[in-house]
Amino acid sequence: MTPHILTRSLDRGAALFLVVLAALGVLLPLLNLLTPESSALHVPTYLISLFGKYVCYAILALSIDLIWGYCGILSLGHGAFFALGGYAMGMYLMRQIGSRGVYGNPVLPDFMVFLNWKELPWYWYGFDMFWFAAVMVLLVPGLLAFCFGWLAFRSRVTGVYLSIITQAMTYALLLAFFRNDFGFGGNNGLTDFKDILGFNIQSDGTRAALFLLSCLALAIGFLICRAVVTSKLGKVLIAIRDAESRTRFLGYRVESYKLFVFTLSACMAGVAGALYVPQVGIINPSEFAPANSIEAVIWVAVGGRGTLVGAALGAIVVNYAKTVFTSGPLAPYWLFMLGALFVAVTLLLPKGIVGTVNAWLDSHKPPPTDAADSAAREDGVIQPKPAE
Amino acid sequence: MRIETKRLGATPISRRKWLAAAAGLVLGLSAFGPARAADDTIKVGILHSLSGTMAISETTLKDVMLMLIDEQNKKGGVLGKKLEAVVVDPASNWPLFAEKARELITKDKVSVVFGCWTSVSRKSVLPVFKELNSILFYPVQYEGEESERNVFYTGAAPNQQAIPAVDYLMKEEKVKRWVLEGTDYVYPRTTNKILEAYLKSKGVAPEDIMVNYTPFGFSDWQTEVSKIKTFGSAGKKTAVVSTINGDANVPFYKELGNQGIKATDIPVVAFSVGEEELAGIDTKPLVGHLAAWNYFESIKTPENEKFIKDWHAFTKNPKRTTNDPMEAHYIGFNMWVKAVEKAKSFDPDKVIEALPGIKQANLTGGTSEMLPNHHITKPVFIGEIQADGQFNVVSPDDPKKAKLVPGDAWSDYLPGSKDLEADWVKLKCGNYNTVTKKCGGQGT
Amino acid sequence: MSLIHLSRLLFAAMAIAWVAAATPPAFAGPYEDAVAQFAEGSFADSEEAVGKLVASGNPRAADIITALQDGRLYKDEDTKLVFIQAADGKISNAATGEAVAALPDNASKVRLNNKLRRTVEAAMAGLTLLSPDLDKRVQAAQQVFKSHDETMLPTVEAALKAEKNAAAKQAFAEARAAILLFKSDAADPAKLDAIAVMKARGDQDALALLTAMPTEQSAAVTNAVAGAKASIERSLAIWSLVQNGWYGLSLGSVLLLAAIGLAITFGVMGVINMAHGEMVMLGAYTTFVVQEAIRTHYPALFDYSLLIAVPLAFLVAGAIGVLIERSVIRFLYGRPLETLLATWGISLLLQQAVRTIFGANNREVGNPSWMSGAFDIGQITITYNRLWILCFTLAVFALLLAMLRYTSLGLEMRAVTQNRRMAASMGIATSRVDALTFGLGSGIAGIAGVALSQIDNVSPNLGQSYIIDSFMVVVFGGVGNLWGTLVGAFSLGIANKFLEPFAGAVLGKIAILVLIILFIQKRPRGLFALKGRAVEA
Repeated sequence: MTPHILTRSLDRGAALFLVVLAALGVLLPLLNLLTPESSALHVPTYLISLFGKYVCYAILALSIDLIWGYCGILSLGHGAFFALGGYAMGMYLMRQIGSRGVYGNPVLPDFMVFLNWKELPWYWYGFDMFWFAAVMVLLVPGLLAFCFGWLAFRSRVTGVYLSIITQAMTYALLLAFFRNDFGFGGNNGLTDFKDILGFNIQSDGTRAALFLLSCLALAIGFLICRAVVTSKLGKVLIAIRDAESRTRFLGYRVESYKLFVFTLSACMAGVAGALYVPQVGIINPSEFAPANSIEAVIWVAVGGRGTLVGAALGAIVVNYAKTVFTSGPLAPYWLFMLGALFVAVTLLLPKGIVGTVNAWLDSHKPPPTDAADSAAREDGVIQPKPAE
Repeated sequence: MRIETKRLGATPISRRKWLAAAAGLVLGLSAFGPARAADDTIKVGILHSLSGTMAISETTLKDVMLMLIDEQNKKGGVLGKKLEAVVVDPASNWPLFAEKARELITKDKVSVVFGCWTSVSRKSVLPVFKELNSILFYPVQYEGEESERNVFYTGAAPNQQAIPAVDYLMKEEKVKRWVLEGTDYVYPRTTNKILEAYLKSKGVAPEDIMVNYTPFGFSDWQTEVSKIKTFGSAGKKTAVVSTINGDANVPFYKELGNQGIKATDIPVVAFSVGEEELAGIDTKPLVGHLAAWNYFESIKTPENEKFIKDWHAFTKNPKRTTNDPMEAHYIGFNMWVKAVEKAKSFDPDKVIEALPGIKQANLTGGTSEMLPNHHITKPVFIGEIQADGQFNVVSPDDPKKAKLVPGDAWSDYLPGSKDLEADWVKLKCGNYNTVTKKCGGQGT
Repeated sequence: MSLIHLSRLLFAAMAIAWVAAATPPAFAGPYEDAVAQFAEGSFADSEEAVGKLVASGNPRAADIITALQDGRLYKDEDTKLVFIQAADGKISNAATGEAVAALPDNASKVRLNNKLRRTVEAAMAGLTLLSPDLDKRVQAAQQVFKSHDETMLPTVEAALKAEKNAAAKQAFAEARAAILLFKSDAADPAKLDAIAVMKARGDQDALALLTAMPTEQSAAVTNAVAGAKASIERSLAIWSLVQNGWYGLSLGSVLLLAAIGLAITFGVMGVINMAHGEMVMLGAYTTFVVQEAIRTHYPALFDYSLLIAVPLAFLVAGAIGVLIERSVIRFLYGRPLETLLATWGISLLLQQAVRTIFGANNREVGNPSWMSGAFDIGQITITYNRLWILCFTLAVFALLLAMLRYTSLGLEMRAVTQNRRMAASMGIATSRVDALTFGLGSGIAGIAGVALSQIDNVSPNLGQSYIIDSFMVVVFGGVGNLWGTLVGAFSLGIANKFLEPFAGAVLGKIAILVLIILFIQKRPRGLFALKGRAVEA
């Protein structure tokens, strides 16, 4: 009886998140498309792509929270999966330009023409088809995560060691993609996209649709994560997070659980990247920069680790702050604020925004009975203990 | 049952929480609303990184723009309206460049944007400027291979910097063997491609050309410098053409100096090292190494002396140096002012139309002109590094009489672009193919 | 002609010149024409003037050419007068040597370009081949070796005969050989001798001359050249391995220096200190400030600037480290991943603070004279700055080890990191030790900054470029083990430098990163893993 009721009540919290998301996902594009520009309710197009970008970051944050918040794997290289998904989408968009590039070459992207490439490298084949690119968006990050995780988890690389080698991975990819010989446009990356699935990428309608899709992806990603963390699998993950050796001694194959959730998370990050690229209009190696991955981890920390909702919220809040602070008279000083924010959050809100709010709400409730307490502990939405 | 009531009791709280969150979001949204400009001011966007890796170069350009706008306002503004600078910080983050460009144009409603340094930042904002039909002035030397209706390139194209420098080395230093050393990104790649083709067309054998690339921010130059030394000891006069970017230059020159490579043995001619970069190096061991630019602080003209004096006064720092991209902004800004006055309007379309043909005295004694391909005519100077961190112009003999070279958007030395031409006045096209007589590149 | 004889001649010439200078010139001779030609302004004129000046044999020629070389020669284009500014700022008329009160207003420097500079160097070599100063003679001989100017042959041979010093004799012999290689009418035996001299010299310059030799030669000479070249190339190939090894050591020392502070804050204390790079940066900026102060107030002390900067950098970075530990990190012990976030925030704050105070540009930190230049061992070049950094790194490492081992603070540090509660119950003030340990790690990072300022940019981004490498080194070597850090740094440095010539700088670095990733799979706790129960904690 109890689990059933719990699931229902929990779904209400999650449902609320989904409702707000859906409302924004539908309302903003409608306000953008249907209201005249003079109207007070009009949402300018640039806000749509801006929020679209935030939502993509939120998906990335969600994927990090899944492995860090629930399985204790701190990846400092998740930006790599994000960027790989982005590159897969970027390659599709590049091929869609066709002969509309500045050199008008029907097959080769511009950067290949002026670097004297004679023909398309083999790894660019197939990216003129959307379905292929879409498969690659999931497959490439997934495969990399699988191989990487298979090696790392089997050898029981944990804690900071894992964090540092994920950082090494994204750094190596950064250097590789910077190389012009690599065939991905070097430092300039892929840019100047024209259309996606035949729709002009710059039209308001496409932007609105992409925004809606991003919200949808966030919602689906959220549901998948919830499904994972509230299932029995999720309980094992939390057990691994809190006491890895003990879980192993209990007979669970820790590395398989970790590998599954790591790969899943990488695929989600890939999707986030793929949605991100058409909305910002460029993908370049700087997305692989270790600093970007660290920043993504910080979004999760700000929002609240191990809360899913918090991760998404953290990504949006921090990026919103970045947008606000990098303009206007405060522009030269925004790094002070960002830096101070990170220090303040870790010192004053160790559980993040959502975690702190939850704790505050809990403390204003009558003390829960033992049954409720143990139930709450099982549901996986409580704060992680300071592990590691 | 007891548990159920508890949970139900908890729900309104969490609902309230979410309502609060939603309200917060809506409040936040309102901050994005378009800022309404006062009617008597015209906004000018400044899109240069003030933090991150590129702040090192770009902060100065923000300052020079503020100075230029300030001076223009003292002269009474433009068309009777005061100019207002809108400064944003794209933080050396390329997608953020696109976001900030969009914000400047749609939210702040700026009439023109001065900004970008790296090629990738320009590529990132290009679609935005095209889509929203605004104007960007780009002040840095770059690889060419581009001409857009909405962009005006006031920095040098390769034919205004790289090729004259190589010509100088061939003629004056009788160089027969070449090291093309660059950071691995698009500007060095393209410039070296062009130079390779150019050198071969001048009869240099392929084995006398060594091309080498290093990553951004490379700091351990021991192996590379000794490679250059080895390559240079084949009995032929050797020179290094350096397209090494910003931060990697200091350790490169320090290693050169320490390994005792003197300019009289193997001269290095650099395209990305200006007064600003030299300010961070002890230049005594580097005397005689070269740089090619379209402006040097050391060139003595009344205009330049005034510019330097104003700059020192504006920054309240008598030691601040001036450099080539600053002059490019000086020219670009004044051209924009003249074009606005000519068009009697701030409307982008009218200003874009008015800009080609506008003439503006540059700081080195000549007059630069905006060409139909949106590049400008510039003098080319070869300078030698001096012990005081300045450059001594060694070519042409009299800097004030330097010949002006028109910027070429499409290089004649690259197979992909030799047939292309840009002309936004007559042809209304940035990539007109002179063979197929069609606009749109090599298209079939 | 002996040197004594020559100096007598010179003295006689000087006496005549003195007389000539004392009486106003009645007519303009070739010497006066030559000097006046500097005032024309073009490089071609100056070059011609140098040639004429040397040909005139006037004793003032050397002074004028030296002044030109040092940028102390001024011209007045209107009056066609040329002036020398002595090192102490006194002005004299170049042609006559008469003192002049001040430079005319429109006087400007006679400009130099590389071509002219080479002409001047060759001319100076001609004038100083017989100089009584040993260093100058050797330099002149080396200059002739480079220019292998045929007209120098008689002078070089005369100098060779008169020379007593072995090193100088060698230099003259090599210069003579270089000239003979290119002299078209030299006899074959002379050329074969010359080739043998080159072979014995065996360096890249010798190889360059042999390669550049005119090709029309007799069969014997051609064979000898080929043989000499092959032999030089063979020995150079072996030397290049040694050279790579040295480069590797030097890179390793830089990595070690950057990582050693982190080995304490991260390795020993377990704080993932993302602000470590910024401590290095603070050290570099301290050096800058010290040098600025010295430049403006006590220029004579410049060579000691680094010695002064080292303790100051330690204090500055250490004090900021203690401050950070007391204000932020102490609340976060046991939560390493939270410290990562907080220190990342601190690193942003410090970067932006430095950018606000010092500006975003690079700052100039000069090399003291003892850190400039290079010397040769066999065929490898060792630069002084790299050598000193290597020594310095090893010294810092040794000091640190000794401190941890032999001082009571070191003992307390080890006790606290091994078992905090036990240490506390033994009466150790653990929080004080924590603060001091973090301060020590930061201080050492600051010292690293002093050394790194000698080879890299001093900019707000300095720290960022070392942070990833530092973490790699510490993790590769094994967290918590200083020796691991040492071995890790040097093996990564050497591996990198042996890969670089084949793979190129970028691919080499990628290969190293992949190797680290794979290595960690094999040994998940680094090269030297700590053993025991503490590991799992």
